[in-house]
Parts: sequence; C-alpha cells; structure tokens
Amino acid sequence: MQGSTADQNQADITYAATIETSEHHSEHPDLRLFGFIVFLVSESMLFLGLFVAYFAFRVVTPDWPPEGTDELELLLPGINTIILISSSFVIHRADTAIKKSGDVKAARLWFVITIAMGATFLAGQLYEYNHLGFGLTTNLFASTFYLLTGFHGLHVFVGLLLMSAVLWRSRVPGHYSETNHFGIEATEVYWHFVDVIWIILFLILYIL
Amino acid sequence: MTEAQAHHLDEVEVTPWREYFSFSTDHKVIGIQYLVTSFVFYLIGGLLAELVRTELATPASDFVSRETYNELFTMHATIMIFLWIIPTLTGGFGNFLVPLMIGARDMAFPKLNAIAFWIIPPTSILLLLSFFVGPASAGWTSYPPLSLMTNKAGEAIWILGVILLGTSSIMAGLNFLVTILKMRIPSMTLNDMPLFCWAMLATSALQLIATPVLSGAMVLLGFDLLVGTNFFNPAGGGDPIVYQHMFWFYSHPAVYIMILPAFGLISEILPVHARKPIFGYQAIAYSSIAISFLGLIVWAHHMFTSGTPDWLRMFFMIATMVIAVPTGIKVFSWVATVWGGKLHLCSAMLFGMAFVSMFVVGGLSGVMVASVPFDIHVHDTYFVVAHLHYVLFGGSVFGIYAGLYQWFPKMTGRMLNEFWGKVHFAMTFVGFNICFLPMHVLGLQGMNRRIAEYDPKFAALNVVCTIGSYLLAVSTVPFMVNAVWSWIAGPKANSNPWKGLTLEWTVPSPPPVENFEEDPVLVIGPYDYGTPKALDVVAATLAPPPPALVGEGSE
Repeated sequence: MQGSTADQNQADITYAATIETSEHHSEHPDLRLFGFIVFLVSESMLFLGLFVAYFAFRVVTPDWPPEGTDELELLLPGINTIILISSSFVIHRADTAIKKSGDVKAARLWFVITIAMGATFLAGQLYEYNHLGFGLTTNLFASTFYLLTGFHGLHVFVGLLLMSAVLWRSRVPGHYSETNHFGIEATEVYWHFVDVIWIILFLILYIL
Repeated sequence: MTEAQAHHLDEVEVTPWREYFSFSTDHKVIGIQYLVTSFVFYLIGGLLAELVRTELATPASDFVSRETYNELFTMHATIMIFLWIIPTLTGGFGNFLVPLMIGARDMAFPKLNAIAFWIIPPTSILLLLSFFVGPASAGWTSYPPLSLMTNKAGEAIWILGVILLGTSSIMAGLNFLVTILKMRIPSMTLNDMPLFCWAMLATSALQLIATPVLSGAMVLLGFDLLVGTNFFNPAGGGDPIVYQHMFWFYSHPAVYIMILPAFGLISEILPVHARKPIFGYQAIAYSSIAISFLGLIVWAHHMFTSGTPDWLRMFFMIATMVIAVPTGIKVFSWVATVWGGKLHLCSAMLFGMAFVSMFVVGGLSGVMVASVPFDIHVHDTYFVVAHLHYVLFGGSVFGIYAGLYQWFPKMTGRMLNEFWGKVHFAMTFVGFNICFLPMHVLGLQGMNRRIAEYDPKFAALNVVCTIGSYLLAVSTVPFMVNAVWSWIAGPKANSNPWKGLTLEWTVPSPPPVENFEEDPVLVIGPYDYGTPKALDVVAATLAPPPPALVGEGSE
C-alpha cells in the first residue's frame, strides 16, 4: 500500500491492499511514475539554472573561449552524441518488449545493449577530458565546460546504475511483467531525460 | 460529556513515544517529528538572535567580537529559515494536515516522506558542529567573494547543509504535489479542498521549481571554495552577480515557501472561530497560485544595488509590486471573513488575527522597498531587517503559533490551557512590536545591518529593540510549559473541539493509524458555517460513532 515501496515487495503489497479494499479501503494508488516525472521536472530546473549561469558567464567574458585555449573538437563528441541518442531508441525496445508481451528476456537484452552504449559514451567523455589542453581550473571557460559535462556524466552514470539494478532485479522470474514494470519504465524515462539534456548541452557547448 | 462519548475517547490509541524516534512512515508521526525538531531549532536560532541583540544593546562591539557577531547572525538566519520556518510549515503542518484534510490515509510516498524528514536531524547537527571549526560568517546569503574568504571549513559545511536541506525540501514538495493532485477522496474536487491544501499546492510547486537552482548555485560556490575554480571570483574572470541571481531565484520564492502555508493555516482558522463562511474561497485559492507564479519572476529586487541595469530594475520593480495584488486579495478576504462574525477570541484566533495585522505591516513595507529609489536609500539597513521580520515573524511565526493552538488538540488528543495561551499571545505580540517596530526608524535614519558596531546616536532605540527581544525570548516559556504540561496531563480533547467542518475534525483526536476507517464522503463544504447543515455535521463529528458520515446506516 506504500507508493514508494521497492519493487520486490510489489506482489505482496498488491495482495494485501486487495484484501483491505474488499473490506473498506480504497487501494493506495500507484503514483510512482507520476512522482518520478515530477522529480525529473525538478531535476531539469537544476540543469536550467546551470545553463543560464553558463550563458551569463559567457556574456561577461570578452573572448570565449579565451585566447590560448583551443576550440573544442567536434569529432569525438559528435560520435558520442550519436551513440547516446541511438541508445534512447534501444532502451525503448526494452519498454516495448515488457509492455507488449511481458518478455523479460528481450527487455534484459536491450538493457544490456543500452548499458554498453552508455558506458561507451562515458569512456569517450573520459578520453576527451584526458586529451583537452585545459584543466578544471584553467579559466572560466574550462570550468564551465567540465562542470556541465561532468554533471551530465554523473547523470549518465546514475542511469547505468539504475539499469544494472533493473537487470539484477529481473533475475527473479515474474518480478517484471506486462502489468508490473515500473522499474523498467522509470529507467527508460530517466534515460530519455539524460539524453535530452545532452542534446541541449552539446548544442550550447560545442555548436553555439 | 456523555458516558458513551467518554468511552469513545478512551478507545483512542495514543501513539507510543518510541514511535516518534523511529523511521515511521505515518504522516502524522512525521508531521510531529518535524514540528518538535524544528521547534528545538527555533529555540537555538532564538538564542543566537538574543546574543545578536545583546551585542547590539551598546554601540561598541563589547559583548562578542566582530567575527563572532558575523557568525551569530549568519547562523541565526540559516537556522530560522532552513530548520525552523520551512520544515515547520511545509513538513510539520503539511504532513499532519494535508492527508487528513483530503481524506487520504497517508501521503502518496510514505517512505520518501520519512527519508525527507530524517535528512534533517543529521544535517542540522552537522551545521551546529560547524561552531567548533568557525561557522559560516558571510550572512545567510553567502555572497561571494566574501563567502570564499572567511571560515572556509564552516562555509563548506554550510554549503553541504543547504544542499541536503534543499534535497529534503524537494522530496517533501514532490510528495505534497502528488498527494494533493492524486490522493483526494473522489467526492472532493480541487475546488472543494480546504484552502490550506491550495496553499500547499502552490508551495510545493515553488519547492520543486526553485530549490534545484539553489543547489546548482551551491555546487558552483562549493567548487570555487574547495577546488579553486573561479565561477564567482572576479579575480579569476568569474562573475559574483551570477551567484546573486541564482541564489535569489530560489531565495525569493523561499519567502513564499515560508508564508504561503501560513496563509493557508490562517484561511482555516479565521472562518472556524468567526463562525462564518470564508469570504472569497476561489479568490484566496487562486491568488495562492498567482503568488506562486509571480514569486518566481521578482528575485532581482534583492539586487537593485548590485549594478542591475535600469530596464531590468524597472521590470522587477513592477513585477514585485504586482504581487501585492493577490496578497491584498487574501488580506481583504480575511478581513471580510472576520467582519461581522461571531468571534471566538481563543489563542488560535488571536494569533490568526495578529497574523493578518502584522503581515499587512510587513507587506506594506515590502511594497516600499520594492520601489527602486526607496530601496537604494534603505538597502542593507535596519528597515529591511524590520520588513523581513514583520513578514517572517509577524507573518510566518504568528501563523505557526496560530496553527499550533488550533491543531494541538488534534495532534495530541489534549487541550492546551487557554489562559496561558493568551498570556503567551500577549507577550509575543508586545515583545515582537517592541523589538521590530523601532527598526523601521533606525533603518530610515541609516543604521546599517550586519555590522556589530553602530553610531552612538542609534543607541536609545537599540536598547528598546533589545528589551523587546528579551520579552520575546521569555514569551516562549509559557508556551513550552503549556504545551508539555498539556500533552502529558491536559484535559482530553474530543474529535472536534472548535466545531470545524474540514475532514480532520471527523476523526478522533489523535487520529488513528491510517486516519479513516472508511473513505469519507463529503457532505458539506469546508467553510459552510452558519447553515443548519453545519450544525448537523458538527453534531455528527462529536457523537460516537458519527452516523451522518458513515456510508451504510445501521437502521
């Protein structure tokens, strides 16, 4: 009956709640996905604040990037962007698989592929960090670059953890089914969110 | 009291005290956990305020050093805002009242609710421990570059504390928003909700939208402090004004996070004790939403002297003054509610009416400082200190006291002593005005805030302020003694001591676990006082078991 209860108890709880309903209570509704989306709205304000700060810093700095700091290369981040955007379509296959036919095996496969793509993205980012000619504290341009991409990278990493958690839980047969798949759905929504943030980041850091 | 009624009261299960120290997911337990915890911090923040006032009793800095003075007022504001008013009004009253008022058995996410509360005790202890390393001393606004130059360890703890408390606040806001939108009983539309729920809806939207931006600012400030980046340090090409914008994008809405729930409490209390329907239900409800929206676009009025360009100052001046419209709508509605009513001047009502009158003073000085030329004159003076205390003490804290007197019987199942309640009210009201009213004059005469020393010509009024602050400190004693004594041995409260019509009064005091035996069905609006039906409904809440509210009749 508790909306935030972890997935593994879901089966028992629905049962208990049904018993109670038959007596006199209405069931505690499952509001987890709605709540999660509200959370992401809040989370997007964090990024919005940082984006606006980025533009403010950019406006007050005469040369952006300052003299002596190289322009950012486009090739590696471009490939990375393609990988991350594609991964959104891959994870959506997992969602479709579980919703249409309750096919946990297929969902697991698509999740593994998404994890691999996300990990590749992070590896690419680390490679880029190692080959840039500036560090975190070199100048304001460098600091904003590392902070924004690092913050996003942290979100990608959390996404990988979420997907791993779903994989771990899905080892129990029947844990996820056609009707009960909050973990898979929420992870997918989160991953799309991280993806959209990256598209905005890519545009304002590399293109504009 | 009839025998049946007495029997009914004995049946009420009182929550064992150990429950309040546990990771309970019951919204009523969490609400009381919030209330008691934050009241402790009210006392600690109050102690710091008394130290500040004692220092200011004389023009020289002879009681504490200048550095200590900076630490005292910084921690005073931090504790009062983040550990007293916000957690009490949203976490405390919101948790206890919202599910009861909308007929729900708990919040939408009970575990998240408990986590949001349990972030607070360790974080607050951490903040207090910073006194051992020298706490933050750059004011609660923590403007760089000042905040990057003093008490580095204390500042780092402060940043971490604000991020954690912000996270707790976001969790609570999320929970309230989802609960109010999705957990109401089917017979209650948004426009049947008690006005406190409307106020919490508006508040939670602000918590969700504004708080993350503060977290972002804190992360940037933390990097500047600990890693050596230069986001806000002009020496390294950074821009401290960006911090001010991010900070006030949260901290102005935070003012509404601190006052909107109090507006809601007052909208509940006034009609009950005036025995009249609320005047302008929809006007009060929608003006909360309007304030919530407008509150997000006025932040730069805190920055009129920060080199903000003229066109921007013009926009923020007008937007700020526009907020007076929805706020005025509320004040007029409250006055019209009380007007011609059959007033019951109990402690809750006294604090409620004091709230309205004191808040009007704070609101009017707010319109004054919204105007750019006037603000340039009084910026960083005691006029601003007077203004903000009329809003946050005369407003929020009076609202909290009103709410405590109103719902103490529901929370504990015991009645507070009315006589000592009135003594408490008189001392608080008089002490508050002696303490803060002279500050308007001091500010207009040019006394600067946040400085331990001042021109001896301000000495006389400062002594008055300090005496008022001591009276305020003493005024908490009758309240605390009354509350503790009544909680243990006060007369038992029936389910509806004030003869209210909202749903929390239909359940026993204190309400049982999961609140409602059956999903309640609305039979009357929240404020339909003075109708024959209201008499029946109130009678039903007092008779055990309440026949008019039970789905299937026994006949």
